Amino acid sequence: MFGYYLDLALRSLKRNRVLTALMVLAIAVGIGASMTTLTVVHLLSGDPMPGKSSVLFFPQVDPENPVTLSLHRNPWPAMDYRSAVDIWSSHRADRQAILTSSSVKVRLPDSGQPPLMLSMLSTSTDFFPMFDVPFQYGSGWSADDDASRARVAVISADLNQKLFGGANSVGRILRVRDADMRIVGVLKPWRPTPLFYDPWSQNFSKSEDVFAPFSSSLEINKGNFQAYTCWHVPPSMGNLQDADCVWVWVWAELDSPAKVRDYARFVDDYANTQKSLGRFAVGSEHARLHDLMTWLTDRGQVPDDVRLQAWLASAFLVICLFNAVGLLLAKFLRRSGEIGVRRALGASRGAIFAQCLVEAGLIGLLGGFFGWLLTLVGLWLVRRQPVDYAHLAHLDTAMFFVTFAMAIGASLIAGLIPALRASRVVPGWQLKAL
Amino acid sequence: MQIKPILAALRRHRLATLLIAMEIAFACAVLCNACFLVARRWTMIQINSGVDESSLAVLTVNGFEPSQAADVNARMLAGLRAIPGMQSATLISEVPFGPQTGAAGISPDAGGFKDLIGVVDFVMAGPGTYKALGLKLVEGHLPQPGDYQPATSFAPEDVQVLVTRALAEHAWPGESPLGKDFWCDKMHFRVMGVVDHFARAQPGQYEMQQGEWTVFTPVVPGGSLAGTYLLRGRPQDVQRVLQVARGAVQKIAPDVVLDQDNSRTLSDLRTKYFLTDRIMIGLLLGVVALMLGVTALGIVGLTSFWVAQRRKQIGIRRAIGATRGDILRYFQTENFLIVTFGIALGMLLAYVLNAVLMKFYELPHLPLYYLPMGALALWMLGQLAVLGPALRAAAVPPVVATRSV
Repeated sequence: MFGYYLDLALRSLKRNRVLTALMVLAIAVGIGASMTTLTVVHLLSGDPMPGKSSVLFFPQVDPENPVTLSLHRNPWPAMDYRSAVDIWSSHRADRQAILTSSSVKVRLPDSGQPPLMLSMLSTSTDFFPMFDVPFQYGSGWSADDDASRARVAVISADLNQKLFGGANSVGRILRVRDADMRIVGVLKPWRPTPLFYDPWSQNFSKSEDVFAPFSSSLEINKGNFQAYTCWHVPPSMGNLQDADCVWVWVWAELDSPAKVRDYARFVDDYANTQKSLGRFAVGSEHARLHDLMTWLTDRGQVPDDVRLQAWLASAFLVICLFNAVGLLLAKFLRRSGEIGVRRALGASRGAIFAQCLVEAGLIGLLGGFFGWLLTLVGLWLVRRQPVDYAHLAHLDTAMFFVTFAMAIGASLIAGLIPALRASRVVPGWQLKAL
Repeated sequence: MQIKPILAALRRHRLATLLIAMEIAFACAVLCNACFLVARRWTMIQINSGVDESSLAVLTVNGFEPSQAADVNARMLAGLRAIPGMQSATLISEVPFGPQTGAAGISPDAGGFKDLIGVVDFVMAGPGTYKALGLKLVEGHLPQPGDYQPATSFAPEDVQVLVTRALAEHAWPGESPLGKDFWCDKMHFRVMGVVDHFARAQPGQYEMQQGEWTVFTPVVPGGSLAGTYLLRGRPQDVQRVLQVARGAVQKIAPDVVLDQDNSRTLSDLRTKYFLTDRIMIGLLLGVVALMLGVTALGIVGLTSFWVAQRRKQIGIRRAIGATRGDILRYFQTENFLIVTFGIALGMLLAYVLNAVLMKFYELPHLPLYYLPMGALALWMLGQLAVLGPALRAAAVPPVVATRSV
């Protein structure tokens, strides 16, 4: 029967080409607009560390004291130097890294090339295994290097390409500000999206070019660190170690729920102790331990504009659907006479209903096809926009199938009421009218 | 025109009527909210920076030590001023639409942030910068040579400043701001004058009325005021002057690094800063146009169907004396009734949608005057869409009544 209904549907679609084209167009445009924006939302809210995001945690405490500048309900996305070092150096987690980023002047000694201003991530040894950072050459540094303030560095694939033409540069010397640092590792191209580990980076910017031990890089780039915010003006610009500013943060890897509970208690206790010492104004009320995805959601990983576009496109799709329902209703009821004849010849209501739905589904399939083309055009337009997530805008297989599922689903839903109405056509009246 | 027969006919087509009305309602809700968003963004990108954007450019270098600041400034200023067509080159810490360097909370008391007035941008400026910017003084007086203070931290310890009118009206409503004091932690500021307009570096990150909370701070070059230079040339020269200056940095000071991204003309910076807003406006307007188009097509489709369905009845009405105008007006009135019903629903929906948007974005309430404007637009759209099918209906000859279909 399905083949027969399909044949009937095709004939019906051919009979009134303008109306068919209008319906297909309405569905295609609605699907195209909503799939473009949904794909962008889907890509932007993706998991940057699939398989590992559930064991990565971002501890937060609130060192602001007195709490006056901002009546905030949540702690800042970073800590002051002392709190971060205290929490990091307690080594309560399976792995933990302390991080901060700054901008620094880098050059190759005696190369004659002009110096570059690059962003440097100051971190500790666990950073690389914790975030599965892939190495092209060499490796990260050791805990001893952290402790002994070793002048070692890891560089990005990009920087290795720029300075050494992509050759193995392990052992070469890089002049970072005034210090000579030995390259111990070169990364493979690595661009976690979003750049989750840096709480105030642009969400979809590139990762840093230079990675250096926290201890030594704080010495080397002294005076050039930027605070996220301060509640007292620092005594001198850029020297933040003793300042009332937040600028350092910690990531911890905890692989069992029991460890997570213990660590959360540890962070709470730390905040409460600091409060009782008078150093914090708020204790565990502002202490947090979010896992990676919760933290990203909290931080608002999808840009406001993108969410707004998705809202708008969904509203647009709803309007297109109302439109499709109206047109389908007109199309089916115009054939009341024909339906009356079929009913009189013995077709059941279910058969009429099925026939109408097949027709609606076929329109959905056509709308889905054109909607898919429009989605590709839409994503191409997104890629041409000057936004930092532009490079991400591609249709993956999952969203490809979602496009068709949504188009056919939408048109079936749209076809439901008209099909129901058509199946309730009273054959007697229609036959009399003939 | 009799409404009763129309209502009776519509009651026979409840479902189709409801569908069109719902479509109109959704369109009304989206239309009002989208136009509101467009209007807000449009106001934002029209912000008056208060400076002569077309004559100005900014050039930033970094990668030097604080101890070298005075030397770098001296070399850069000498080198930049030697470029033909350069009217002036002076020191500034930030410009409208460039990177933000000095935002801080200010309060009427020293030593803390109790009774915070707000978070403002401190623009540190060397001698000559006021004139180069082209700011307009509305009250008080300009900084004299003796008013420039040295800064080791981000601002001087004690200095007289110019504030914008927007900031003055917020901080001291109804009072003269001249001579008023305010503090940022332990740093003391006294207002010596008020400028008409001066946008902060990143006005889009603040609420709309805070976009001009700017403090013009006279600072002696050196220390923390180094590396960013305000260039002024004639509007037709400024792009070329900037290009020459960018190329000359390597020769003027071989050891510093030019900030490629942030060394631009102010017009460029402005365009770049508001680009995403422009795209968003385009997108919103595009979707609104498409949506209205789809809605109109829906009305055309359904009305055409009704006309075809009622050919015989129309013929009978024509045969017993109805004029073409009567038939035309019948369909127009019918459309008007449906659209009115849709608009009534749509106004409610518009407020619901606005409430949802307010939950997720920093948006005020939808101003009420958007509703009648949206209603008017949809009435017009409905009448335009129904005109074609209604004219076709009016053209049905009375003889149809006597034929069997």
